[in-house]
Order: sequence, then structure tokens, then C-alpha cells
Amino acid sequence: MLSRVADSIYWLNRYIERAENVARFVEVNLNLLMDNPVGVAQQWDPLIAVTGDRTLFNERYDQATADRVLDFLTFDTTSPNSIRSCVRAARENARSVRETISSEMWEQVNAFYLQVEDAAKEKDSRDSYAFYSEVKMASHRFAGVMDATLSWTESWHFGQLGRMLERADKTARILDVKYFLLLPTVQEVGTPLDNLQWIALLKSASAYEMYRKTEQMISPAGVAKFLILDGHFPRSIKFCLKWAEDSLSEISGFSGHDPISSQRALGRLRAQMEYTTLDEIFQQGLHEFLDNLQLQLNNVGQCVYTDFIALPETTNDTAMVMGSSMQS
Amino acid sequence: MREITLWQKSQSLDTQFRSPKSVKCGIPPILLFHGDTMSFRDYDPGDFYDELFTAKGTPRTAAALLIERIESLSIDSLIRRQQAAQNTLFKLGVTFNVYGDNQGTERVFPFDVVPRIISGQDWQALEKGLKQRITALNCFLDDIYNDQKIVEDGIIPRETIESASGFLSPCMGIKPPKGVWCHITGTDLVRDRAGTWYVLEDNLRCPSGVSYVLENRTVMKSTFPTLFNELNIQAVDDYPGQLLETLLELAPEHVSDPEVVLLSPGAFNSAYFEHSFLAQQMGITLVEGRDLVVDDGYVKMRTTKGLQQVDVIYRRIDDDFIDPTVFRANSMLGVPGLMDVFRAGRVAIANAPGTGVADDKLIYAYVPQMIRYYLDEEQIIPNVPTYFCEDQKQQSHVLSNLDSLVVKATDASGGYGMLIGTQSSAEEQNLFAEKIKTNPRGYIAQPTLCLSRMPTLIDQSFQGRHIDLRPFILYGQSKSPYVNPGGLTRVALREGSLVVNSSQGGGSKDTWVMNN
Repeated sequence: MLSRVADSIYWLNRYIERAENVARFVEVNLNLLMDNPVGVAQQWDPLIAVTGDRTLFNERYDQATADRVLDFLTFDTTSPNSIRSCVRAARENARSVRETISSEMWEQVNAFYLQVEDAAKEKDSRDSYAFYSEVKMASHRFAGVMDATLSWTESWHFGQLGRMLERADKTARILDVKYFLLLPTVQEVGTPLDNLQWIALLKSASAYEMYRKTEQMISPAGVAKFLILDGHFPRSIKFCLKWAEDSLSEISGFSGHDPISSQRALGRLRAQMEYTTLDEIFQQGLHEFLDNLQLQLNNVGQCVYTDFIALPETTNDTAMVMGSSMQS
Repeated sequence: MREITLWQKSQSLDTQFRSPKSVKCGIPPILLFHGDTMSFRDYDPGDFYDELFTAKGTPRTAAALLIERIESLSIDSLIRRQQAAQNTLFKLGVTFNVYGDNQGTERVFPFDVVPRIISGQDWQALEKGLKQRITALNCFLDDIYNDQKIVEDGIIPRETIESASGFLSPCMGIKPPKGVWCHITGTDLVRDRAGTWYVLEDNLRCPSGVSYVLENRTVMKSTFPTLFNELNIQAVDDYPGQLLETLLELAPEHVSDPEVVLLSPGAFNSAYFEHSFLAQQMGITLVEGRDLVVDDGYVKMRTTKGLQQVDVIYRRIDDDFIDPTVFRANSMLGVPGLMDVFRAGRVAIANAPGTGVADDKLIYAYVPQMIRYYLDEEQIIPNVPTYFCEDQKQQSHVLSNLDSLVVKATDASGGYGMLIGTQSSAEEQNLFAEKIKTNPRGYIAQPTLCLSRMPTLIDQSFQGRHIDLRPFILYGQSKSPYVNPGGLTRVALREGSLVVNSSQGGGSKDTWVMNN
């Protein structure tokens, strides 16, 4: 398939998944606010920290208040990772590959877009709970429609690869919210308030019920283990990387030795999830572990780009590149 | 505290990706009346040729059943159907982009639920005339880029051809596959007050609109399902299949499984919806110029598995953008070196570059002579009489009648660069008089045709609006030309307006050709 088209399908899926996860970030906090005991200050700063857009946010605002953060993450078109920006970008990508994706996929993206644009016009944040859960559902609908209407050939695998890499990154960031959330005092660690924060976090990853079935008791180690290392929960990092790796080997067409750069980068990362222990993660520090993971995920994205999208201009160049990679 | 920013889509490859402008969305709500049925009782065809009525209250035979059915609907039911049709098109994203409109990049082409009806007899004559015309035009194109017999025999002056902006001298001597230059055309037809059909314009480069023909039909089928059972309407859905066949036929003979692509300027082009729609319907790859390279004497596309050969290009970019090394050097849309490959017969291009010469409005005026010269026949659908401003006598006639004529720039289309005398100010007329005097080759004039009208649903009542028709014709070598039954009926929604172009307040209607 065309490199440009592969790139657009990959990003279409990343942006949809990103919009969904930004809604999840916001939901963690909305959940927490409702459960917070009276007198505990609202914390909006952590959300800006985990989305990685602090510099941009600080250029505009001196303080992270509820309204500003919500707008920044939801409707602000100048903020590149707001839900609205993501959905617009997803639609532009979908529009440029309409002939490749199914009509149903396009209709779904277009409906998602119209829904967010309409909400942006009304901008009634009182009703925001419903809005964020609608965003999540729209993303699920898109994924379901894609799985059910697009042939599972190269284009589907590029989409799946994008979605899984994005989801792994976002689950890492959701887990990292807790690192930035402050407890009123050190003594509160392990108290009901601390537990409430972990529960809110699980809920925002749609993981609470599945967690209870596996780990039952709420503990930092249990939550980290579930969201990073669980082999069956579809939003756990290990699970996402496994699926991403499967799609990547379908795309590259071989799974034997002498893998290409993206396969090496992703394979290494996936193996790490496979064999690392929770103790090792905590020894390194959970936050540091998650930081490192995000950097490696970015690297995988870069490698996918060089392997499939930014191809040489002529066959002569291709032969040279192939030749040199054979030797190394 | 270190932050890892989100990995963003690379901007370098995706040069066309910009932050989207605000896009208009939502359909303005229509207030509903209850009770009354929708009646044509008050509809006055007036002093025009009306496509559905011969006189007030008297529908044409072919339209009688349609009128009866519409009249049996309540007002709100009809308006609801109109709204539902419009909504469907909007949800499907059947939109066009408007240049120079910073309000938003996409709009829905307004759609009217009252279909145009063409009787089977009328259609047979039109079909014959359209086939005749495209056959003669293809003979002409092959002739002027090769032997130029029509010039040597003194039928058309050499100067007229060579001064046409669409005449591309780099195409001289080219022999496109099977000698066919123009494979796809959309001819603009109009009817005057007497109901006589005329050819208003040929569009031999990359005519657009066929996607609306197909989508309008889909929408009408879901809007009036029972009517389609009662009436014997010719189907239009065959078009993508016919087009694919036409394109496949162009591939070099030794290629067993040819790769056909549609070359589009990209998602910001006004006809982008159509490009992706047609590519999808035919199951071919939609490419942009940046996806193609010339390598080792062939055109290839950049895929995730490396470069892959392309055999047939259905191009939807204008002639002079095709190859920056031959034509417009600053074109980012084309493929450097493409013309060399085309000349060597290693890739087919539909329509061939150079076809634009016959879109010139001065060349248009010679089509009757072409038909006589190449086919030894008389023209079946007449041209609109055309005055040459180059000719001193005709020019002075034009200049003294600017208030009643239509003046057109010979190299423009889409309703741009024209003066409609009857609707113009003295100032505009003076401006065009100057233009004509400075550049007589650049302008022609035609009598103002009083275009036929049709009832159109405007503000909850039926009102007469002017229309035209663009049928789509496919021309191959292995069989007789294919004319898609009907075509795109465009309607000027503003009262009294004669301009039907989508960029200037036009809408569209489904076109029903009846089987007699």
C-alpha cells in the first residue's frame, strides 16, 4: 500500500485513541473530585503534567484551574492534544484515505467530529461527565467498526499498530497521574484517601472491575502490576505491545531473524514487559520506569516511520539501503 | 521534572496536513407546517420552458405520475424528506471545498428533492448527439497533435489552434494508446425558451460531478423508494464499472494485471470527495503527485514495500500541472518526468495531456465543422451561436450589444470570467469592452439563452429555477461510447439567476431518464 496512506491510517487510529485517553485523564480527576473529602484542595496540575504539554500550558496560564485545564484538554483548538484537536486531526487523516478505509469507518469518524464540534459550540461544562463518556464510546465505536468492516490486511494492521502504541503510551501516563497527585500529608499513604485515588485511576482506565477479579485488594503494587504486566487486560501495557508486535510482523511480512529496526525496537520493549518483575520496576522507581517506557515508545514510532513511510526515492537508493542493512 | 511530549505525526511528509479551519456544520432547521398537502396548484411555469409542466396545472406526460405522487405528500413529509436527504449527504461527507472562503473549507452541495425528468425519446437523441460530438473531438485532438489535416485543409486557422491556452506543443507527435485522447468527458447542455437543446461547453480535461449523480440517486432511492418501483427509471450505477473498463483498456498490452491509479491534487481540492469516491468505487489506488516518482523509465508509486510500477493514470489534475519539467515549473501536484514516460508509451494517462485545447471557447465554435470534416455528418445537438471578437465586424456587433449578450473568456470555465449582459451594470460592460478591445482572441460572445426551469422546493413552496445538465460520456476504442443515462442537473437556487455552478450558489437534482 502507499506509504502516505499507511501513515494516515496509522495516525487516524492514534488520534482517535488519543482523544479517548485524554477523556480518560479528565475522568480520573472528575472522579476524584466527587470522592474527595471536603477541605482537600482540587488538583488540576497533574493532568497537565502527564499529557506532556506543560510548556504550552504555562505560556498561556499561570495557574491550573479547573476551567482552564478542562478547556485546554477538551476544546482548545490551539492545544494540539485537546480532544477536539485530536478528533479534527483524525478526520483530516481519514478524509485523505477515504477510498482505503470503509465507508462505515469514515461515517463514524465524521459523526465523532460533528459531535465534538457541536459540544464545543455549546461548551456547557456542567454536562461534561456525559461528554467524556461519549468520547470514549465514540472511540470504541470507531475501533469496532474498523474491526468489523475493514479487511484485516496491511491497512488494518497499520491502524492497529497505531492504536496499540498510542494506548500503551496513554496507560503509562494514566498510571503516572498518581505520581503527581499529592496527598495532604505523608501519613495519608495507605489511607482511604490514598485508596480512593488508586480506585479513580483504575476506573479511568476502565480497569476497576477487571482488576477486582484478578487482584482484589487495592494496593499500589497491585495496580501497577495490573496496568503494566497483565497479559489479558486489553489496556495493559504488556497486552498492547504484544498486539502491536503481532501487527508489525504482519506488516513487515517476516518474523524470522534479521528483523528491521522497528521490529527490533518494539521486540526489545515487549520482551522487557514479558520478563521484568514488579520488584525490578519499583527498584527503578515507577515514575522513572514509565518515563523510560514512553521514550522507547516514541522511538518505536520513529522507527516505523523510517522503515515504512520515509522511503528512498528510487530503486537504486533502495538497493543501497537494503545492501547496507544486510551487511550490518 | 522531565516531561515526555507526545509523539506527533511527522509534518515533513504530510505537507498538506494543516490545522483544520473551522468547518461549517449542521443544517439550518426548517420550520414545519402541518396539515396541507404539497400542491403544484400555485406553481406557475411562467414564460419559460419548464421541464415538468407545459402550462400551469398541466404536467408533461413523462412527469405526470411524479407530480401526482408529490402532491399526495403532506408539506411536512416532503420537507422532512428534503431535510433527510440533505442530512444523509452531510453525514456521508458529500462535500465540496470552496476556494477563497475562509469561513470553512467544506460545504454540502445543496440538494433538491424534485427530480428532473427526461423522456426516453429526448434521451435517445441526446445520447446520439453526445456520442457524435466526442467521436469528432477525439478525431480533432489526434489530428492537431499529429498531421494537422484540418488546418491544412483550411477548416480551422492554425493561429486559432496555436493561440488556444490549452494547446500544448510538447504533445505534438504523441500517439496515445489506441489513438484516443479524451476518454472521459462531461458536456454541459442547456435548453432555451423553446425547449431546444444546446451544447454550452465541452469539458475535456477533468470534468467533475459524476459522484453527485451517483450519490443523489442513492439518496433519492431512500427518499422515494416506492416511486422507483412505479416508474421505469434508467439506472446510473453502472458508471464506475464502465470507467474502470475504459481505464484498464489503456494499459500496455504485455501487462497482464495493470495497476490503475487516480491522480488527485489532494484533500484540499474542491473535487476531492469525488476523487476518493471514484477510487473507492473502482477499487483503485488514489495517489497524489508526491506518491509517484519516475524511476528507471517507468512511473512508480511509493509503497510500504518499496516502489511499485503504475500502468494507467486517471488524472484529476489540470494539463499544465502534470509534469513540472515540461509545463508549469512550480507545480507541486504533478510528477517530474511523467511526460517522457507517457511519450514512450510506458504509462497511459486519461485524459491525455493536451485535451484542454478543445475546451477553448473559440475552438468550441468550430465543433460543427469538425463533425462535418471528420464524420461527414451534421451536428445533432447544436452549439450556441458564437460571435468571434477577433473578427472586426462581429466585434463591433458585440460591443454595441453588451447589454444583451453573454461574454466569456475563451480560456475560463466554472462560471468565472464572464459577463451576463442582461444582468450587468454599465460599469461592468465598459470593463468588458476594454478587455475585448485589448485582447480580442481572449473573448467570445453568445446570445443570452433563457435557460429552462423546473419546480424547486424553496421556502416551503415550489418555485421555478433555471437548470442545466452535464451528462458524462466515456470513450474507448473497443466499443461504442458509453453515456451515463441522465447526468448532473444543476440548479441556480437564487431567483432569476442563470449561474448554476456549485461555487456560486448552485445546487443539484437527481436526473431521471425514463424508459419508454
